[in-house]
Amino acid sequence: MHGTTLSRPRLVVVGNGMAGMRTVEEILAIAPGIFDITVFGAEPHPNYDRIMLSPLLAGEKRFEDIVLNDYDWYASNGIRLIAGEHVDWIDRARRIVRGAAGTEAPYDLLLLATGSSPFVLPIPGAELDGVQTFRSVADVGDMLATARPGAKAVVIGGGLLGLEAAHGLDLRGAEVTVIHLMPTLMERQLDASAAHLLKQNLEARGMTILTGTETAAFIGDDRVRAVRLKDGREIPTDLVVMAVGIRPNAGLARATGLECNRGVIVDDFLRTSDPAIFAIGECVEHDGKVFGLVAPIWEMARVAARAMTGTPGIGFTPAASVTRLKVSGVEMASAGAFLGDSGTEDIVLRDGARGTYRRLVLRENRIVGLVAIGDASDAAWHFQLLKDGTDIGEIRDSVIFGPLADGPADPDAAVMALPDGAEICGCNGVCKGTITRAIKAFGLASVDDVRARTKASSSCGSCTGQVEALLRAALGTEYAPATVKPVCKCTGLDHGEVRRRIVGGKLKSIPAVMQALEWKTPDGCHVCRPALNFYLLCAWPGEYVDDAQARFVNERMHANIQKDGTFSVVPRMWGGVTNARELRAIADVVDKFDIPEVKITGGQRIDMLGVKREDLPTVWRDLNAAGLVSGHAYGKALRTVKTCVGSEWCRFGTQNSTRMGIALEKMSWGSWHPHKVKMAVSGCPRNCAEASIKDFGVIATEAGWDLLVGGNGGIRLRGTDLLCKVTTEAEVLEYCAAFLQLYREEAHYLERTAPWIERVGLDYVKQAVVEDEDNRKALAARFLHAQTFAQADPWAMESAAAAGAKFTHVAELT
Amino acid sequence: MDAIMTDTGFVDVAALDDIPQRGARTVATAHGDVAIFRTGDDAVFALRDSCPHRGGKISHGIVHGHGVTCPLHNWVIALATGAAEGEAAASCVPRFPVRVAEGRVLLDVSAPLAPA
Ligand code: SRM
Ligand SMILES: Cc1cc2nc3c(=O)[nH]c(=O)nc-3n(C[C@H](O)[C@H](O)[C@H](O)COP(=O)(O)OP(=O)(O)OC[C@H]3O[C@@H](n4cnc5c(N)ncnc54)[C@H](O)[C@@H]3O)c2cc1C
Ligand code: SF4
Ligand code: FES
Repeated sequence: MHGTTLSRPRLVVVGNGMAGMRTVEEILAIAPGIFDITVFGAEPHPNYDRIMLSPLLAGEKRFEDIVLNDYDWYASNGIRLIAGEHVDWIDRARRIVRGAAGTEAPYDLLLLATGSSPFVLPIPGAELDGVQTFRSVADVGDMLATARPGAKAVVIGGGLLGLEAAHGLDLRGAEVTVIHLMPTLMERQLDASAAHLLKQNLEARGMTILTGTETAAFIGDDRVRAVRLKDGREIPTDLVVMAVGIRPNAGLARATGLECNRGVIVDDFLRTSDPAIFAIGECVEHDGKVFGLVAPIWEMARVAARAMTGTPGIGFTPAASVTRLKVSGVEMASAGAFLGDSGTEDIVLRDGARGTYRRLVLRENRIVGLVAIGDASDAAWHFQLLKDGTDIGEIRDSVIFGPLADGPADPDAAVMALPDGAEICGCNGVCKGTITRAIKAFGLASVDDVRARTKASSSCGSCTGQVEALLRAALGTEYAPATVKPVCKCTGLDHGEVRRRIVGGKLKSIPAVMQALEWKTPDGCHVCRPALNFYLLCAWPGEYVDDAQARFVNERMHANIQKDGTFSVVPRMWGGVTNARELRAIADVVDKFDIPEVKITGGQRIDMLGVKREDLPTVWRDLNAAGLVSGHAYGKALRTVKTCVGSEWCRFGTQNSTRMGIALEKMSWGSWHPHKVKMAVSGCPRNCAEASIKDFGVIATEAGWDLLVGGNGGIRLRGTDLLCKVTTEAEVLEYCAAFLQLYREEAHYLERTAPWIERVGLDYVKQAVVEDEDNRKALAARFLHAQTFAQADPWAMESAAAAGAKFTHVAELT
Repeated sequence: MDAIMTDTGFVDVAALDDIPQRGARTVATAHGDVAIFRTGDDAVFALRDSCPHRGGKISHGIVHGHGVTCPLHNWVIALATGAAEGEAAASCVPRFPVRVAEGRVLLDVSAPLAPA
C-alpha cells in the first residue's frame, strides 16, 4: 500500500458501484495520487459489472469474470475500501461520514454514487419469502437457490431487467411466466412491431408472456406459492422476481439536507447543492432527468473527475445515445425519438423470414429516431446519420438497407446460385431442382401452376419470390407474372395471397401479419387494418383477439354513425316478427331518450335515429331488458333475414317461411363476413320477401326449398343464381352454413356475394357446397364452430362494461 | 371528470392509457369538441373533432401512422398539421397544444395553434 500523506485532500466515495469507481478511475488517469481515497460500499464485494448479472444468472459467467476492479486494484492504487458497510450518516458541518458499523471517515470532498433501488410493488404478499428483486449479486444468489429445472418462476415487468431475469431463469430450466402491465414489451426501447417480434421469440423458447396484465397479490403463508392477477386468475409459482422499475437512492442525501427531487440534484458539473459534495450515476437528477443505463454515466464520470481535480472542461449534457442491447439473446437497438412525434415520417423494413424489423423515423429528411430488432448491424451507421443530422434526401430510397446498399443487388442472383438440392419451400419440403424440373417438364408458366404441380409456395407463401425468380430464369421474357392488385398501398400482395399466408403461416395477430408479410407502413391504414382484422378473425375463431381499433367506427360503436355524429340503433327482430313487449320497450326508450326519429327499415325492423353517443349504453341496457339484442345493422356481418307470413297465414303459402327465416337468423346472427350478408325466405314463388335479390335466398315450393345465392338489390342490381333444391329445413340450414363459410373464407374484404360469385364462378361454388358432400359438411361445421364464439350480444357486453369513456368525453373544459 | 390546472394553460384531461393506441377520446371545450389522438407509437395530438369536409367526427376514424381517416367519407387528415391529404390548404383542422407528462395528457385549449 502507498503511504498516506496527510497533506493530500481526502476524497470519500459512498457507493462502490459502476459510477463511483469509474469516476475514481478517471481521477487516477488525470491526476494519480492527488487524493487520499476511501470508498464505502454496502455490498461485501469489490466493484463488479452490474450489467453482467444476467449472464451470471444464466450461468454463462462466474462472479470472478464480472469483477471490474479486484481487491488488488484498490490496494495498488492506495484506496481504502470498506466493503460491506452501509453509510448512514453524513455530518456536513464537520465533514465526516459514518458507516452502519461505526466506521468514520473525514472528507474534504465527498462523492455520492449510491445508485438506485428496485421498486417494490406495494401489494399484498410483497414481503413473502420467494418474492424478490434483481439488482445485485446477492439477488442472483437468492434466485439460484430456487431456480432449478422444473421450478416455476414469475417475473413481473417486461422491461429490460425483467426480460433479462426471465432469460436467465429460463436457461436454468425454470418454467417462466412474464407479467407486463403495458400492452407491449420494453415499451421504452421498442415500438409495437419490434416488441411483437421479441415476444414471439421469447414464446418460441417456451416462456409465457402476459402483456396488458396487472398483478393484484402474492399468495402464500410464509413462502410465495402463487401470483394472483387483477382478473382473478392465479399462477402457481415458486419464485417471483419484481423488475418494475428503479428509484434513485437519494435518501441519505435528502436526510442530510442536500437539495433533492426524484434524485440528488446536480448541476452540469455533477455538483450538489453543497460545494464539497458531488454526486453521480443513478442516484442523481440532472436537468429534470434520472438515469438507468451506463452510457450517460460514463460521460458523467469524465466530467465529474475533471471538476473534482480542478481540470477545466465542459459540462455534462446527456448526448443522444443509441441503446444497443441483446435482450435474451435477441439483438436490438433504439435511439432518439424512435416512437416518432408530431411531423415525423417512417421508413420500415421487415424481413418476415428472418424475423427482423427496422424503422427509421424522419423529420424533414433527417433521421431523428431508429429502432431495430433481430439484426442491429446497421444501427451504428444509422445512428451516426442521426447524430450528424445528415440530410438523407439523396439516399432516401436505400438508406434503410444500410451502408452497403448502394446499387440495387440482383435479387434473383441469390436464388440462382443455390444448388439444386436447396430447399425452397420449407412448408412442403420442395427443393430447387424439383421446381426447375417441373417448370421444364410440364411447361409451367405461373406461380399458380407451380403451386398446383409441386406444392411449392402453396402454404405460407413466403417463398413466392424465389419461385418467381426460378420462373423468370426458366422462361425469360416469356414469364408474365399475374398482375397483382394489392390490398392497399401498405403492401404489394393481393387479398388472396394475404389470406393464404395468414392461414399457411399460422399468423395470429395484425403485427404478426405485418411483420411476416413485410408491410411497408408501421401500422397499416384504414383499408388494410379492417381487412386483416376480419381475415384473422375468420382464420382463428376463438383464438384471435379482435382489435377494436382496426374496425370501422360503426363496428366499434355497435351502431351506425349519422352525418351529424349521432347514431342509429336497430335491434334484431327475428325474421321480422315482433310483439307488444318489444314494441313497448322501443316506445319507452324513444320517449326516455328523446330519440328524434323512428323508422321501419327496408329490412323488416325498426330503426331509432339520432341517438346521442353518451346515451348508447343506457339505450342498449333498456332494450336488452326487454330481450332485444343488436341487429348488427352497422356491421360487415349478418344483417336481416326477411320473411313473409308463409303457410301459417297466407292462402298461397306452401311452407312455414317465417319459422325457416327465424331458424336461419338464429343460426347465423353475430357472424362476421367480408361484407354485409342479407337473407330472405319466401313461402311461395310469389316471393314477397324478395329472396331473389339476397345474398342467400330461400323460396318454398311444394316439394321443399329452392336455395338462391349471390343476389344484390344495391348499387348494381343482380338477381340470384339457383344453387340447388333441397327438401328439409335441416338441409336449408346446412347448405346455408356451408355457403356462408365458403364466402367468409374465400372472398376479399368488402366484396359482396354477388361480385364474389361472378369472380369465382357459380360452378365453383356449386362444386364446393353442393357436389362435394364432405366439403359441405366440413364448411358447415367450421361455420358453427366459429359461431360458438361469435354469438354474444355486443350491446350487452358494452353496457355491462364499466369503461364508458368510448361513449363520453374524457374531460369537460367548458 | 376532474380536470386539474397545471402551469400555463395546460390542463390535465386524462391518463394516456385512457386513450387506446390507434384511437382517440374527446374533450368538450369552449371551441367545441376536441379529439385527442394516440398513435401506435404513442405520439399524442389534439385537433378539433370536426372534419374540414362536412364536419365528420374524426375522433371516430381509423388511426394509422400519424394520420386519421374520417369515418364519413374517408378524407385522411395528417395529425401533425391538421391538413387533409390531397385537399386545398384551406382544408385544415385546428390543432391545440398537447403534451404527455408522467403518463398524463395535458391539453391547452386557450387558443388553437397557428396553422402549420
Ligand atoms: C336503414 C336502411 C334504410 C331503411 O330505412 O330502410 C338502410 C340504411 C343504410 N344503408 Fe342500406 N339500408 C337498409 C336496407 C337496404 C337494402 C334493402 C334490404 O336490405 O332489403 C338494400 C338493398 C339490398 C342489398 O343490400 O343488396 C340496401 C343497400 C345498401 C347499400 C348498397 C349495397 C350494395 O352491395 O350495393 C349500401 C352501401 C354499402 O353497404 O356499402 C347501404 C348502406 C346503408 C347505410 C348503412 C349507409 C351507411 O353506410 O351509413 C345506411 C345506414 C342506416 C343507418 O344509419 O341506420 N345500403 N340497404 C335499411 C336497413 C335494413 C336493416 O334493417 O338492417
Ligand atoms: C441486471 C442488470 C442488468 C443491466 N443491464 C444493463 C445494460 O445492458 N446496459 C446498461 O447500460 N445498463 C444496464 N444496467 C444498469 C446499470 O447496471 C446501471 O446503470 C449502473 O450500474 C449504475 O451505476 P451506479 O454506480 O449509479 O449504481 P450501482 O452500480 O448500483 O452502484 C451503487 C452502489 O452503491 C451502493 N450503495 C448504495 N447506498 C449506499 C450507502 N449508503 N453506503 C454504501 N454503499 C451504498 C450499492 O450497494 C451499490 O453497490 C443493468 C442493471 C442491472 C441490475
Ligand atoms: S310469398 Fe307467397 S305465401 Fe308468402 S306472403 Fe307472399 S304470396 Fe303469401
Ligand atoms: S366529413 Fe370527413 S370526409 Fe366527409
